[in-house]
Amino acid sequence: MNARTIETRRGCKVRVFEAGQGVPLVFLHGAGGLFAENPFLEKLAQRYRVFAPELPGYGESTGEEQLEDMLDFTLHGFDVIDALGIEKPHLVGHSMGGMIAAEMACVAPHDVSKLVLVAPAGIWIPENPIPDLFSFLPHEFAQMLFHDRALGEQLLTGGLDLRNMEALVEFYIGNARRLGMAGKILFPIPNRRLSKRLYRLRAQTLLVWGAQDRLIPPLYATRWREHLPQAQLEEIEAAGHMVPYEQPEAFVAAISRFIG
Amino acid sequence: MKFTWFNLMPWPHLPDDFRERHRSVWVDIPSRLFDPQEGHFVYNRYMDQLEYADEVGFDGIGVNEHHQNGYGIMPSPNLIAAGLARRTSRAAIAVIGNSLALYNPPIRVAEEFAMLDCISGGRLIAGFPVGTSMDTNYCYGQIPALTRDKYAEAHELVMRAWAEQEPFAFDGKYNQLRHVNCWPKPVQKPHPPIYIPGGGSIETWDFCLDHDYNYSYLSFTGYLRGKLLLDGYWDRVAKRGKDESPYRAAFAQTICVADTDEEAERLYSEHVSYFYNRCLHIYGGFADAPGYRTIKTIKHGAMSNMMEDMQQVFPTLTWKNLVDEGYIIAGSPATVRERMEHLIKGLRVGHVFCLLHVGNMPDDKTRHSTRLFAEQVMPHLRNMWPEWKDDDRWWCKPMENRLHPEENLQSARAHGKAPR
Repeated sequence: MNARTIETRRGCKVRVFEAGQGVPLVFLHGAGGLFAENPFLEKLAQRYRVFAPELPGYGESTGEEQLEDMLDFTLHGFDVIDALGIEKPHLVGHSMGGMIAAEMACVAPHDVSKLVLVAPAGIWIPENPIPDLFSFLPHEFAQMLFHDRALGEQLLTGGLDLRNMEALVEFYIGNARRLGMAGKILFPIPNRRLSKRLYRLRAQTLLVWGAQDRLIPPLYATRWREHLPQAQLEEIEAAGHMVPYEQPEAFVAAISRFIG
Repeated sequence: MKFTWFNLMPWPHLPDDFRERHRSVWVDIPSRLFDPQEGHFVYNRYMDQLEYADEVGFDGIGVNEHHQNGYGIMPSPNLIAAGLARRTSRAAIAVIGNSLALYNPPIRVAEEFAMLDCISGGRLIAGFPVGTSMDTNYCYGQIPALTRDKYAEAHELVMRAWAEQEPFAFDGKYNQLRHVNCWPKPVQKPHPPIYIPGGGSIETWDFCLDHDYNYSYLSFTGYLRGKLLLDGYWDRVAKRGKDESPYRAAFAQTICVADTDEEAERLYSEHVSYFYNRCLHIYGGFADAPGYRTIKTIKHGAMSNMMEDMQQVFPTLTWKNLVDEGYIIAGSPATVRERMEHLIKGLRVGHVFCLLHVGNMPDDKTRHSTRLFAEQVMPHLRNMWPEWKDDDRWWCKPMENRLHPEENLQSARAHGKAPR
């Protein structure tokens, strides 16, 4: 995919990966950010014009100090769309990105085409609290996020050996920067009262969930559908929270069926 | 030199298998391990010890704030300080301190500290920690990446509330108050001495130097390890062109005094071990919420202090390790004196927070160690900084004509305290 850096009107510098032709589709990544390889984006780019911006604080995007709360994050999403010069894209948001995408669709319901929420954050069920990802030790992420733990370790560290002190420091700094940013809308509880705004959401919506998601378990899909009765649900087998990375083909197939 | 007797107030009844059975002494420690009726005795014993430290001549008595913490049962140090203010009239009352970002609105801190300064007749030392990640983020839910910003705003509000003579409006990002009017005000003008406890964030150095506040390095790893960090602080002081008064800095040190070195090990070893093995058993995942430390500080080498790292070290430490590597200063008065000289000169500090109650140390041993330090160590260390002897910029300025309410207590008379 090609990468370029755009500047939003607010003044954030955002690196955007892009590829493909056709109707615009914007992918919003989760709290961990994009990985070095994102095969599902390339597959999506065979059908759509795909844009994958990195949130400030992630990768090479900067200006994180300008985004402090949910409204900032939400408007930043539209600022990026404006800076890309596209209109009314399909939005696909994963985890934290799903939370942001849903907020965008509530705040400006006429500015979003179809909406795909992949194991989205943003709702909290007191009887089924989501594990506190902000207190995970480095070696715990893989087992919490992936159905296939070994694959998870490989993807999360990008091949770094965390027993090596330098690699650990590198991981630590990246993690502090990314999750420090994510914490502004996810800490200490990933609930910024989105559910009271969901009545505004008009976009046709698909929920995609990994059947073995241990971070935000599939029962959360049920709660989402109570708020969005028209939403479809696709549960994907042999996938944890990182469903786009674990089952890219099934993931892209589900989106293609939904968007067309 | 100024010596402040400090009690962290550890819960002294953590079970022998605490490490094996529980993942953390802090944040998610099972609350069933706290027994309120026993708490009655523990709190009163610890407060008695702080009063005893005043009696035997410590310059200050110190308390601090922790939440959901098995080694610090003091979520509100101000409550303890209020009790102490009424039972002592000589020592400074060092509250190190109130975590500003946790008070909503933080004007509460300006008010309570002003009350304490009035009740104590101007003996308050006001500490403003940013707070640990455990307390601030995991227990009290503050957003890690915004904690420092919120702290800075709260600091501005408190200082203005003390300084302004008329009500004012405060339009902050985290606090909007139409009518700020701090009532009461502190006795000490322009404000009580301010101490900023730090654990190694380099931004804190500049903050202290910007405002000429005392920088207090609080760690449990002792003076040999502390040197690296304080050297960095003094470098920064020099770069900023500030004078090098040792009273700009304070250091907390665990100290155990007995008649001989061997006696010190015999008397205190099990209590020190209780502290390092059980009290410091902190889950690594709670040590440092992502975003709490700035990237600059992480890069500066905070990793070497990573809690997870230390977790593997603490349980392996023997008494000899702890003494030789300076985690604790322990031994006969002569030994402790020599080590303290090394600490004071090596770190260039004018203030020492003396942790003389350690872990589950019983009352008699705590008093024994405290008295030996006061009588046989402290007097020899008084004049370590003769060229700065008149520098009282970081010490409280009590009222001359203040009251001595403790002398009215029947119990004081029973103990033979002479009324003034």
